[in-house]
Amino acid sequence: MSTTTSSPPRPATRRKETSTNIDRSQARAGYMFVTPFLVIFLLFFLLPLVYAAYLSLFREQLIGGTVFAGFENYTRAFTDDRLLEGLFRVVRFFLIQVPIMLLLALLAALAIDSGVLRFSKVFRIGIFIPYAVPSVVATLMWGYLYGRDFGPFADLSDAIGTAAPNFLSDKVVLGSIANIVTWEFTGYNMIILYAALRSISTDLYEAAAVDGASSWRIAWNIKVPAIRPALFLCLIFSIIGSFQLFAEPQLLQRLAPNVIDSAYTPNLYAYTLAFTGQEVNYAAAVSFLLGLVIVIASYSILFLTNRRSSS
Amino acid sequence: MSQTASPTDRRSNLLTLGMLALLLYFLLPLFWLVVSATKTTSDLFSTFGLWFSGDFSLVQNIRDTFTFDGGVYGRWMLNTLFYSVVSAVGATLLAALGGYGFAKFRFRGNNALFGVVLGSIMVPATALAIPTYLLFSKAGIVNTPWAIILPSLVSPFGLYLMRVYAQDAVADTILEAARLDGAGEIRIFFQVVMRSLSPGLVTVLLFTLVATWNNYFLPLIMLNDPKLYPITVGLSSWSSQAVGGSGSSAELLALVVTGSLLSVVPLIAAFLLLQRYWQSGLTAGGVKE
Repeated sequence: MSTTTSSPPRPATRRKETSTNIDRSQARAGYMFVTPFLVIFLLFFLLPLVYAAYLSLFREQLIGGTVFAGFENYTRAFTDDRLLEGLFRVVRFFLIQVPIMLLLALLAALAIDSGVLRFSKVFRIGIFIPYAVPSVVATLMWGYLYGRDFGPFADLSDAIGTAAPNFLSDKVVLGSIANIVTWEFTGYNMIILYAALRSISTDLYEAAAVDGASSWRIAWNIKVPAIRPALFLCLIFSIIGSFQLFAEPQLLQRLAPNVIDSAYTPNLYAYTLAFTGQEVNYAAAVSFLLGLVIVIASYSILFLTNRRSSS
Repeated sequence: MSQTASPTDRRSNLLTLGMLALLLYFLLPLFWLVVSATKTTSDLFSTFGLWFSGDFSLVQNIRDTFTFDGGVYGRWMLNTLFYSVVSAVGATLLAALGGYGFAKFRFRGNNALFGVVLGSIMVPATALAIPTYLLFSKAGIVNTPWAIILPSLVSPFGLYLMRVYAQDAVADTILEAARLDGAGEIRIFFQVVMRSLSPGLVTVLLFTLVATWNNYFLPLIMLNDPKLYPITVGLSSWSSQAVGGSGSSAELLALVVTGSLLSVVPLIAAFLLLQRYWQSGLTAGGVKE
């Protein structure tokens, strides 16, 4: 991603005699334009981040208030089974759900872009629409659909006379959550990929088409490599999304309290720590660690994919 | 493979069928929601989920949704609208100003500052939510609209998109001409630049709007007065009552379903009406004259 920063803006003028004056007023105007964003960014992004790091170094005591604790919260986190279990759960979630979702999104985007699909506009907007549904509503809705009382799946199994499947049992609930997330975000990823496909120059593959290459080969050998940056972007957003999973398990918890506990995902755990357990400092450490894990995961995936593509 | 007309036709039918299956997956749950919003609570349990029942009680359900508990649902709608419109307009304006500044001006630290913002795209918003809550409670602004709006003004991805967009869509020659005419930088931005940026603006506006409209974690922790809830937190509180209780709270079920449907209508309408703009805005990277 850092490659995008390397293209410096073009100087606005080339006339020599007044160039330093113009440079100075250019710089002033530049600062004026970027300052509002940077101030808000500093206050509501960097400051909370630094504050989380600061808080995580303290510990509250029943007697004596808050005391400096060094890295105690972090050593506790690394040996906290509930946190680690949640973390491994979201890693597992990421490894299963994200490839399925991105593959679906990619196939749909390629199909819509292929020119051989009928009603492509209907598909494009139809598949995208769930993105406009809040995750709370999506989870409530799927919760009812999964339900054994009046969900259509229960209706169907009633009709054939078998027991209704339990989508919220210990073994399958993670898959049921993955299904909700896939439903919500496939269209969003599809649109990003589709937009990238539209911006490929057609010269790239028209020659291949004239040579008789099939649409499949063109899609796989020419189009997919050309939209690699957009695929990275989707991948990064998906990492962030998976690791901070919250609304879906938090809402399904009410339907399956014995299966989804308060540490089901790291984010749910941090929320419980801060607002039920009053362990604010430890919650800050968990939040900060979670952010760190996500950043490291994102950068290492970027690094790995970049290296593989350049070799 | 030969390039005659008939195999291409066949392929498109097959592909269309496959895509139709995919489309069904994405639209059937919403169809279920529409159907369910027309049913009474008892019909929800007793009739087949994917088709309408005898008595059509959509209007009654909508009326009940808006009158239950002193009409709190209407408030939640307005709160959501207010939070998301103010956040989206603010975030878009900040991103547009900043993106244009980073794209078109040379100043010391340009690349470094932009790099910091870009790197922050990877930091998840929810990792910041709890420390932000603690800061805001020190500042005394938890349980106010500010607690939702202020953090939602930061959109690093919006800034990135606007920078890429401004680079291509704003012609340097036009800027130079406007400067020679003696126009000030601010005037140039609002009268010339904003117009060239408009597809990108709509894109960032819509996506930040959705982000705030759909936000759940932040309002959940920031607000404890039900009068300030956005629709997501409100529906969640209704549904927890519907799950937990019996008797009168069972009636809440129909309201949760109808309320869910009503809450998704405005955004879907916005996306449908504005699709020409946001879809062209998304191709930002490839925009050439």
